[in-house]
Amino acid sequence: MKKICLTVVGLYIGLLSAFSQSADSANYKSRKLKFEEANLVSSYYRQTGNNSAVEGGVGSEKLSDIANVIDVKFTKYDKRDRKHSFTGEVGIDHYTSASSDRIDTKANSSASSADTRIYPSLSWTMENEQKGTTIGLHASSSFEFDYTSIGFGASFSKKSADKNREVSIKAQAFLDQVSLILPIELRNGSGGRDNDDYKSASRNSYSGSVSLSQVINERLQLAVIADIVKQDGFLALPFHRVYFNDNTVHSEILPSSRLKIPLGLRANYFIGDKVILRSFYRYYQDDWGLTAHTIDLETSVKINPFLSVTPFYRYYNQSAVDYFAPINVHKQGDAYYTSNYDLSAFDSQFFGAGFRSAPPKGVFGMQHIGAIELRYGHYTRSTGLNSDIISLHLKFK
Amino acid sequence: MKRTTAILLTAFICIMGAGSCTNVKEYQKSRINDAEMELSARKIQKTEQSFQTYREGASGANGGKTGGGCGCN
Repeated sequence: MKKICLTVVGLYIGLLSAFSQSADSANYKSRKLKFEEANLVSSYYRQTGNNSAVEGGVGSEKLSDIANVIDVKFTKYDKRDRKHSFTGEVGIDHYTSASSDRIDTKANSSASSADTRIYPSLSWTMENEQKGTTIGLHASSSFEFDYTSIGFGASFSKKSADKNREVSIKAQAFLDQVSLILPIELRNGSGGRDNDDYKSASRNSYSGSVSLSQVINERLQLAVIADIVKQDGFLALPFHRVYFNDNTVHSEILPSSRLKIPLGLRANYFIGDKVILRSFYRYYQDDWGLTAHTIDLETSVKINPFLSVTPFYRYYNQSAVDYFAPINVHKQGDAYYTSNYDLSAFDSQFFGAGFRSAPPKGVFGMQHIGAIELRYGHYTRSTGLNSDIISLHLKFK
Repeated sequence: MKRTTAILLTAFICIMGAGSCTNVKEYQKSRINDAEMELSARKIQKTEQSFQTYREGASGANGGKTGGGCGCN
């Protein structure tokens, strides 16, 4: 009897232990598709100036643009514990432009005074955390009245074993179509009214990028980025006027190929416990004769762990392309010519400030809004162009 | 092009030389892993980079457009 009781008690205890054993869940990763985050970036941009390329380098450059970009990211793990990320993004810009309105100088206000651009894209990456590698694919498109673009790309990156260094390579291609909308007086030789049946020309861009990032110490990390870009096809904009020294008007003509080489260096340094200095320098050179320098400095001051203020300053300097001249300077016999002041020699300054808040319980207590960032900047160019931009970023989780 | 090569080599040598610096362990990366220390442009700068691409001749090396995809320079 005692043996039976002891056996029954022993079995009962054994059953209890079997059910109380907890599974090792430390390394468990769900294979279900999971919403990771969404981001909304909205901005309002407004510019003034007096060197409109549509009017040969003179005239109003007044323009305003409202832009909205939203992206949504999902992740999942596969059977081999590789992390797959799927990101869908769509952007919509609507702009009004005093200079575009002058493509047809006879109309009080033409269809080109405003336009909307829509640009959706999709990307996929697969990260192998054990090997420290990530591969990715990307497809994009852009649609506006006079320009369409289809783009695609691939990327690969690898981290060192100690995760202090990462090398990335990326390749991209854009296959674009430019609608050949000439200034009204240059259409069909008759100065006739708008003809919606525009011809188009192709513009293709191919780029490769290599970047190397390195953690230097507990407070400093650097990255070097080198791109190479080759463009071919119709690289001008047909509605840009150029007035020669004999007062004849022509449509801008630029070479059908362009090679660009930008080199960038980023350095971020954590000063003390509350200040981060973010810096960026870029040297740029292309075979149209343009060289440029960009210096960007931003300081992030942490008011508390969840709130930071970020004043910034950016200086930019460029030389003119070989084919630029102001109004009434180009002459008959010039092979290439433009009066677009975006390709002239100038320097510019862009400065402003922003603030960023990411409280643990969500912005304004709303759990699903993980962060909010607001930023204002003023841009001033030595050619007389000035602009302001105010941007908002909301992060949803 | 010679100047470009020299700049590229200098940057490469600097970053390779930097590889001999401190080996930072994961538990020491509390500052390095701060969101503000990320080695890329902020998301909120996306539209700022866009207007700079249109208004300036230079582009690229900053994670934004390098050429194509828009009626810009």
